[in-house]
Amino acid sequence: MFTLRDKSAITGIGETVYARESDKSQLALTLEASLNAINDAGLDPKAIDGVIPYGDGGIIAEDFITNFGLKNLRYSAQTPMGGASLVAALQSAAMAVATGTARHVLVPIGRASVSSGRITDRLAQMPQMRLVAEFEMPLGTNAPAQFYAHMARRHMETYGTTEAQFAEVAMTCRRHAELNERAMMRKPMSFEDYMNSRMIADPFRLFDCSLESAGAAAVVVSAAECAGDLRHRPIYIGGVAEGHPDSPSAITQRPDLTTLGIARAAPVAFAMAGVTHADIDVAEIYDCFTYIVICQLEDLGFCAKGEGGAFVENGRIGRGGELPVNTHGGLLSEAHIAGMNHIVELVRQLRGDAGQRQVDGAEVGLVTGYGDLGDGSIAIMHR
Amino acid sequence: MTSSYATLPEKPRPLATPANEPYWQGLREHRLVVQRCSACGKLRHYPRPMCDACYAMDYDWHEIAGHGSVYSWAVTHHPFHPAFKRDVPYVTVTAELGDGIRIQAPLVGNDADALCVGLPVTVEFVRIDAALTLPALRIARA
Repeated sequence: MFTLRDKSAITGIGETVYARESDKSQLALTLEASLNAINDAGLDPKAIDGVIPYGDGGIIAEDFITNFGLKNLRYSAQTPMGGASLVAALQSAAMAVATGTARHVLVPIGRASVSSGRITDRLAQMPQMRLVAEFEMPLGTNAPAQFYAHMARRHMETYGTTEAQFAEVAMTCRRHAELNERAMMRKPMSFEDYMNSRMIADPFRLFDCSLESAGAAAVVVSAAECAGDLRHRPIYIGGVAEGHPDSPSAITQRPDLTTLGIARAAPVAFAMAGVTHADIDVAEIYDCFTYIVICQLEDLGFCAKGEGGAFVENGRIGRGGELPVNTHGGLLSEAHIAGMNHIVELVRQLRGDAGQRQVDGAEVGLVTGYGDLGDGSIAIMHR
Repeated sequence: MTSSYATLPEKPRPLATPANEPYWQGLREHRLVVQRCSACGKLRHYPRPMCDACYAMDYDWHEIAGHGSVYSWAVTHHPFHPAFKRDVPYVTVTAELGDGIRIQAPLVGNDADALCVGLPVTVEFVRIDAALTLPALRIARA
């Protein structure tokens, strides 16, 4: 049977500065990170023959032809799944290079700063939010913190998950960010700091919520046979998959509020990669909210449903723990670059280039995406 | 922080479409109606063109009882949409109404601390203006 296992590799990574705001346009930021990724791979920009722009972002394939002067763009696609888009794009890129449709696929994301007031208006216009816009936004449920608070509260009531366990996720990401000079939030966070952060959408406090960021990041996905003679050692995509939950456009109507789309993708990716959970040395897990990390750890199979809260206790997800999670600080403390910063960090860890936050001996790792009310994506990579 | 509520923007309104209008018309009449598949009888909400059990596209509108139980809830403290600034903190409840149908609506009454999964709730109807009535939920009295 045909498999995508090890048919592709990430050969280049690039980023801009991450900050609260930027004077640069979304397109300028996106191109800057893209050029950094292409240079990191040691490629000429003209070698890019595939591109997967972020589905919800307003940047299109033609922008890369125009600015890089590409003569041979043979593959373009979009994977609009919110925060699950970019890891899902790795699947699409792997398919493109495995079939010979393209050889070097650029996967970029850029975000310019936007005020929160405009975010609710923008959300209401998105087709995947159509049902929420009609039936929930008029009643006062307007933003992701509110959508997901209902999921988190259900998990707490059903399984006894606690705010102290949410705090473990927030504090772990912060401790990791302290070692990351690129991170926006590096001031140490105590449990008291967490509890004192203002309530946003109960059970979520401010420190349960990810950052708002301006910046860009990009990777180059290359066909495995083209990856070996580039600048860095290739980081192979061993398994990759996307998954969608029941009632994907209305959390309210989902039979089980505590199971996400990634529960369907994870077994596919693990089987494809031919690895077990014990093989995973490092995990970069999409962390738009602390609870979403706990729920994904269950849906990924690292523990049973309901045990995610206990799983994150006792330093298990810290550096030096059984499963180091979000070694860069994540969306909670590094920056919110829609999870492309998670992909970049995993590549750094597997290259052995993560500096003082390097997980010793990291050879196999995974990265997840989560978005659009429950969509999930996962990639398992190895050096 | 002082701010003039008079200058707050309007709350978002549902975009009425011919396909969804019977739901909103039902609320104006203080009735909760959901789609029922004409072929297999399965109830569904929110409205959509096709039955996911038998793929039939014919349906009628079926009134359901406004009694249910708490499935989950959230308490909004930060007004993500500025129109809700005067309302914070407010509770929205996800309630099960039976037959796989849920609604999410604001909790009325001052009982937020009493909320727990399974608590009985009833649907109420809050008239906004002549064109719009919205649902709300209230903890049922024993």
